[in-house]
Amino acid sequence: MSERRSAFQLDWWLLAMVMVICAISLLEIYSSTHNSSLHGMQWKQLIWIGIGFAGMLAVSRVDYGTLLDQSPLLYVLSVGALGVALVAGSKHFGARRWIEIWGLNLQVSELVKLIIIIVLARYFSEVRTDRLTLGDLIKTGLLVGVPAGLILLQPDLGTALMLVPIAAVGAFLAGINWRHAAGVLALGAILAVVGWNGHFLKPYQKQRLATFINPEESPRGAGYQILQSEIAVGSGGFWGMGFGKGSQNQLGFVPVRYSDFILAALAEEQGFFGVLIMLLLYLALLLRLIDNAQKAKDRAGMYLVMGVAAIFAFQVLVNAGMVIGYMPVTGIPLPFMSYGGSSTIFGFLALGLVMNVRAKRFVN
Amino acid sequence: MIVLGILLLLVGFWKLQIVQAGHFSDLARKNRIRTIPIIAPRGKILDRDGRVLVDNYPSFSILLLRDDPAQIKKDLPEITSGLDVTARDLEEQLKVARNEPKFQPLVIKEVASDADLAFVEAHRMDLPELELMLVQRRRYPPDDFLSPVVGYVGEVSPEQLAQSGGKRYKPGDIVGKAGLEREYNDILTGTDGMRRMIVNSTGKPVRTLDDMEPIPGKPIQLTIDADLQHVAEQELAGKTGAIVAWNPQNGEILAMASRPAFDPNDFAVRISAKEWNALNTDPEKPMLNRAIQAQLAPGSVFKIIESVGMLESGVPPANFHVFCPGYGVFYGQIRHDWNPKGHGEVDLHKAIAESCDVFFYNVGMQMGIDRISYYAKALGLGKATGIDLPGEEPGLVPSSAWVERVYHHPWYPGSTISLAIGQGPIEVTPMQLLRSVSGIAMGGVFYQPHLLKDLQPKVVKFPIPKSIVEEVTGGMYGVVNEPGGTGVFADEVLKQDHLQKIDFCGKTGTAQTISAEALLRLSAAERKHYRYDTWFVGFAPQHDPEIAVVVLVQGSALEAGGVAAPIAARVVAAYYQKKMGQPIQELEAQKLPQKKSPGMPQGKAAPAASNQ
Repeated sequence: MSERRSAFQLDWWLLAMVMVICAISLLEIYSSTHNSSLHGMQWKQLIWIGIGFAGMLAVSRVDYGTLLDQSPLLYVLSVGALGVALVAGSKHFGARRWIEIWGLNLQVSELVKLIIIIVLARYFSEVRTDRLTLGDLIKTGLLVGVPAGLILLQPDLGTALMLVPIAAVGAFLAGINWRHAAGVLALGAILAVVGWNGHFLKPYQKQRLATFINPEESPRGAGYQILQSEIAVGSGGFWGMGFGKGSQNQLGFVPVRYSDFILAALAEEQGFFGVLIMLLLYLALLLRLIDNAQKAKDRAGMYLVMGVAAIFAFQVLVNAGMVIGYMPVTGIPLPFMSYGGSSTIFGFLALGLVMNVRAKRFVN
Repeated sequence: MIVLGILLLLVGFWKLQIVQAGHFSDLARKNRIRTIPIIAPRGKILDRDGRVLVDNYPSFSILLLRDDPAQIKKDLPEITSGLDVTARDLEEQLKVARNEPKFQPLVIKEVASDADLAFVEAHRMDLPELELMLVQRRRYPPDDFLSPVVGYVGEVSPEQLAQSGGKRYKPGDIVGKAGLEREYNDILTGTDGMRRMIVNSTGKPVRTLDDMEPIPGKPIQLTIDADLQHVAEQELAGKTGAIVAWNPQNGEILAMASRPAFDPNDFAVRISAKEWNALNTDPEKPMLNRAIQAQLAPGSVFKIIESVGMLESGVPPANFHVFCPGYGVFYGQIRHDWNPKGHGEVDLHKAIAESCDVFFYNVGMQMGIDRISYYAKALGLGKATGIDLPGEEPGLVPSSAWVERVYHHPWYPGSTISLAIGQGPIEVTPMQLLRSVSGIAMGGVFYQPHLLKDLQPKVVKFPIPKSIVEEVTGGMYGVVNEPGGTGVFADEVLKQDHLQKIDFCGKTGTAQTISAEALLRLSAAERKHYRYDTWFVGFAPQHDPEIAVVVLVQGSALEAGGVAAPIAARVVAAYYQKKMGQPIQELEAQKLPQKKSPGMPQGKAAPAASNQ
């Protein structure tokens, strides 16, 4: 009986918003690739969406209590998988991020994001005090730090950074002493300085961050990407150049215009108006997630949904910021918009978690 | 917070799209940035004295800018006729390149002729999609000089492109494909720069942006001595084989020649599929660097390795001697000595000097396959020497376990008798054999051979007692300097007074390229055309040698003493002449061709080899 009930317990509003975003994504992928050798990419993306959707239904039906119970095992497995990917994974674009399973290259770190959401949800829900103690904070740091470090070694700065907002939002909700918060911020700043001056960042990562500060400096490298992206956005005007008519997009000036920079392609062709609609859609999506979090039956459920919301919000802010040169180029995709198997499937699985929590909201 | 963030983003987009829209759409309209790469010259290759062996020369390539496909389509007939390229080739190239961003131009003609240059210059206005690019091409020395070692460059392969993940290389890049060009590609390759200009809608440059200067590749200095290399190559002219000369005390290769060879200048631009296939299917295998890639039976040179094994293991004891009637019976089979008259009473010294087969048949029988195999491997055979060149072959040292693993039958003791004189399933490269024999002369110190001057060679040690080294090298001294020695032809070369004191030692080897049985099955006429692989490995002086040479002549009609030994001696002579500051006679002779040094059997072997 509960099976049938939960099928109708899907958050239809949430799903509708995601589907609209996916539809726009397919159109924009088509527009930016149809007259190049990559044409037909929208169909591949459609397959990813299909797989993701099936995954979402599957995740929404497993009791999230079970997932929380298994979180230590999941955590160990995911850290292990990251280790394997680092040692044995195949090299794509110079980084070891992928494990090849059944001929598909899966980006392990995407799955790890999901598991970290679950692990932190359990961890924070079991904190019984009103405020996190210093010990709690250190444990949180370690829980996130180990996988984040492994992802950083791949090297994938963007994904590693994505783990931070989950912990930050969780800690904020669990109650953080403002002194501790200031301490963490200071520590982060020190780490950033050490990371910059030490040899932890790959030269290309440093270059990207450096050009973020001064894009005109190297017009061929990362600065070139930001500049071309800005030109695309800027030349869109209010109403845009029209579908399939953005010259920056069509001539291939916009870097990876079907994936990380898809918002630039959209901004050029649909103008400020299109961007406004997109960002409002994301805002609605995020507010809907927060609403779901408030209705969760227990603290763990609330942390789960807020973890998902934290990642999505971070991705939207950083990706959109990158497109207009407010943020460095870190390779963070726009959820449900950017082309990509791993990130699309992750998005839907995360959505599955949210649906799952929502389905249990009346169950005692 | 989220609302705040989204609002902030909207403000950002507003600023770009509404406030500065005019500025950016201007930029977009003008955004036909023409990028012309400035190719970084590859690093030069220098010999040990700093003489330039390989450098570059400037030349122009013609680029097709692909940012306006419609324009290209319209102008295609004019371009193809003006530049004398076929429309089909051009369309094919455009199809292949459609994956690349449109602002990356296409090289449609590697080497522009003067007429091509004039055509492009004259049509600047009506064919704006054509552009010239200055490139630096590789200039290799003439006459295939050092070519199997230096290798050649060529366009980066799709596999290399995929491997580099789009970071290291881009399509059309020139990279080292073989030899040192490949081994030290990372040092030799520079970073390309680019010239960037904004062009207006008619394709006319409006203004140039800041150029990015190319960073030239770094030069490499080799251990090769160009003079000695010339001598070595001259000695191999018209033959099939290899010569390597090195300093056994530090692993520096002074000369490495392999013939026949190829002209890398043919590859410097773009080689046609037909030429390429011709080179690769040539039965003479000109693409092979025989010094490190020819795997052959060492013949009697192997007796040196065996002698060390015998003295080290005491099986048979050091004072072992036999009477050689010119044959022996082993495991029910008659085995002949190379000298049917026999050598009489033979001890180790005489056995090495006169290369007595019967002596070593007996030694081999007593040692047994696995003891021989152990010493051969310990003395550096059967594995790559680690030279800094790609594609080195490991050779093969058989053992009873190897035969059982590969052929699933036990080792036939009879095979040990063949192995005892370096025949049968044993394969060495000239480089291996040189390193092994030199290492023995050095008392068991084996250096990693290397061509890069700055390389710190690895050293493998297998200490051999002084008395053993003395005994074995003494035999090798006899090969060259005692009556009856198989290498006395070498002595002829060194008779000149200033070379008499160099104590040249060595060992000859003659390997049948087919088995003795097969040789017997041949008709008399066929047997007359039968050729040997002849070897000579020599060094000087006898104690702490500073120069060692290996000579391999394949398909030679004469036995080793007559062909390979004098060649080795002439290389060593050249080495000492240079060291003593005297003119190198062989190079002098080259300048005055009528002056020919007497008594060289070189001319005799030459025609046979080229036409085997």
